Amino acid sequence: MTGYILKRLVSAIPVLLGISVIVFLIMAMIPGDPATAILGSYATPENVEKLNRDLGLDQGLVPRYFIWLGNMLQGDFGRSFALNRPVLDEVLDRFGATLILAGTSFVLCSVLGIAAGVISAARQYGFADKAITFVVLLGISIPSFFLGMMMILIFAVQLRWFPVSGMWPIYGDRNLWVLMDHLAMPAFALAVVATGVIARLARSAMLEVLRQDFIRTARAKGVHERRVIWRHALRAAMVSIIPILGIQAGFVLSGAVYIEMVFQWPGVGRMLVDAILKRDILLVQGGVVFIAACYVLFNIMVDVAQALLDPRIKT
Amino acid sequence: MTFLTLTRRAVLAATAATALALSAGGAMAQTPENVLIVGQIAEPQALDPAAVTAVNDFRILMNIYDGLVRYKDGTLEPEPALATDWTISEDGTVYTFTLREGVTFHDGSAFDAEAVKFNFDRMLDEAHPYHDTGPFPLAFFFSSVESVDVIDPQTVSFTLSGPYAPFLSNLAYPTGLIVSPAAVMEHGADFGRNPSGTGAFTFGEWRSNEAVVVQANPDYWDGAPELETVVFRPITDANTRTAEMLAGGIDLMVEVPPVALSEFQGDAYTVHEQAGPHVWFLILNAKEGPFADVRVRQAANYAINKEAIVNDVLEGTAEVAAGPTPPAFAWAYNPDLEPYPYDPDRARALLAEAGAEGAELTFYVTEGGSGMLDPVAMGTAIQADLEAVGLDVTIETYEWNTFLGNVNPGLEGKADMAEMAWMTNDPDTLPFLALRTEAWPDKGGFNSGYYSNPEVDALLDAARVETDQAERARLYKEMQVIVQQDAPWVFVANWKQNAVTSDRVGGFTLQPSFFLLLDDVTKN
Repeated sequence: MTGYILKRLVSAIPVLLGISVIVFLIMAMIPGDPATAILGSYATPENVEKLNRDLGLDQGLVPRYFIWLGNMLQGDFGRSFALNRPVLDEVLDRFGATLILAGTSFVLCSVLGIAAGVISAARQYGFADKAITFVVLLGISIPSFFLGMMMILIFAVQLRWFPVSGMWPIYGDRNLWVLMDHLAMPAFALAVVATGVIARLARSAMLEVLRQDFIRTARAKGVHERRVIWRHALRAAMVSIIPILGIQAGFVLSGAVYIEMVFQWPGVGRMLVDAILKRDILLVQGGVVFIAACYVLFNIMVDVAQALLDPRIKT
Repeated sequence: MTFLTLTRRAVLAATAATALALSAGGAMAQTPENVLIVGQIAEPQALDPAAVTAVNDFRILMNIYDGLVRYKDGTLEPEPALATDWTISEDGTVYTFTLREGVTFHDGSAFDAEAVKFNFDRMLDEAHPYHDTGPFPLAFFFSSVESVDVIDPQTVSFTLSGPYAPFLSNLAYPTGLIVSPAAVMEHGADFGRNPSGTGAFTFGEWRSNEAVVVQANPDYWDGAPELETVVFRPITDANTRTAEMLAGGIDLMVEVPPVALSEFQGDAYTVHEQAGPHVWFLILNAKEGPFADVRVRQAANYAINKEAIVNDVLEGTAEVAAGPTPPAFAWAYNPDLEPYPYDPDRARALLAEAGAEGAELTFYVTEGGSGMLDPVAMGTAIQADLEAVGLDVTIETYEWNTFLGNVNPGLEGKADMAEMAWMTNDPDTLPFLALRTEAWPDKGGFNSGYYSNPEVDALLDAARVETDQAERARLYKEMQVIVQQDAPWVFVANWKQNAVTSDRVGGFTLQPSFFLLLDDVTKN
């Protein structure tokens, strides 16, 4: 197993190098440079040239890439132009916030999605199945940013149950309760679509398992139906559900961009959108590489989990 | 039936969790007394006035720092601030300032002539030991400054390379705000996150992406502010900002989207409006194509229904522009100028006269950008108006930075017209940078439509070196008449900045400078 994990980790290196080259080239090729973005109306060629020199952007592409890469390997991601602070500080701050949001959402959509899928499968074509299918399809079809806006209007502006936006109150204590208070709406809005997808796929995975012989055997020898479903069947179905969870984790992370904009959650998605609009090159590059590294790591973890669950996968 | 028990349990758990979350929400207090929460449009870049360029940052800076001069309340005319008095030499090249006595920076160090010299040398002198705390993108506002000399601790003089009339008003701009040299020396490149000035509020803390907090300065030379604390919250999404205002999470909101203004009718809110030094216009390519003919340019001015744009597209958040100079520059604005009326028949006649009926035009539109208001909707309305008089307009839309990269180098060979907007602090800036022959793109200016009129050039050159304000005003007024006649642009709108305050906020007014001044604001 250790060898398998090591092999997977080594294979991640070329992937990350490739990503660093691509994001560097994209930022170099898109029109508009940071100096123009900073100067706005005052971006005369003369001012732009001077500012680019001050920002260290007057060198060639190749030396710039290797300087960046070399610094990054030593843990120095550079300094954001637009925020005037080290890229790594900003990314870590922001990534923590995104992990809290996406992590909560992920737990929500996994638990709700699997539960809904299992109940649907156990009651195939029954009332519960139809009701769940209806709700799930509705959830999948509503764009998350629209749902977020509607939730703000109803639960924050009209009913005043939850705060509109942000992660922490402006004053007062910071504890788990106030965090949950701020987290409830964005985490739910972010989880809705993924819950639907997981529910649908968990349902079909369960249906497949429920038709198999060992389930009939279990029922025949008198195992309680609840135990048949939640122990025997679900455990077997998890092998096909876990890769779906892995994909949905990526989906929740990327969907966080919209939710972070709507709820002003101080996460990494909102950071990247702002940074791209301001042509904050180092922040975009550093942020993308960092996120890519997390994705790769997460995928490796999913593979390892699957290998542990399913002895058929060769390690 | 076995699942029902489980579901019931789940429902119970969910209900309990919801109830707990609600009780936490219910405990959410109203915003406290004497603490003003301001909904800003973005996270600031830095709180170093020499290093930043955005109005969003200026809104905070103006409350932490002072300049040598400031704009008189409700105007764009300089009045004494940290300098109590000044003299200008006969030839307009030496400005000598007498500094206010007994003023200290928030960090306790003294404000004196050495501090003033430090500030400008830091920005302008590449050999200065703290020049590396930049970059200073707007330092060119003071590029005419040759030297800053300390005469005595309370007197400082600026020697300019030539007479330059906008100098005082540039000093009142945020780039001219005075920072504490001791704090710059202590924090170096991190000064922008550890600011220290002489202003009405002292810096408290900056929680990234959440809030910048400032506290009242009880020793402020112009009288301690009424508020104890101001919290600036970055809320980039305009809909979310509106929702926060409606939910009571913020007390003051800037840049209300036009469509959201109707939400704030009634006694619970006050909507503030103030016309500012802003002009929204279309650059016309006067070098080639149909707009090389002045009659076609005038026709475009007649053909576009500007009333409809400001009232319907912008929901009354702007006024129709008459010429290149915004009315907010009251002293330099020519009040006799009437906007081009909406007159499609006249436009058709002029087009027929010029033989430009059915001409094909390429129109650059941006998706959004500083001061651009609602550029796509406005561009579409303009396209429809021009098509109604028989012009064939093709829109090309670009993201803001890409758009600037296309427009600033000049429209030649690419487009016939482009949207543009400017906000400036002096009536000199925009025409000087965008209407003179010497400001064509190949000479480093912003005259992307290649307008050229020697008379206008002469007037602008004369106005820039004229230190007598009445004479300067006369020159600008004459320039506006000629430019309106020549129609190098379609003059569309002057934006009125807006803000909303809750009924707990008092004493707030918007300034034509678009700065946010909070030292007289109260909150109960």
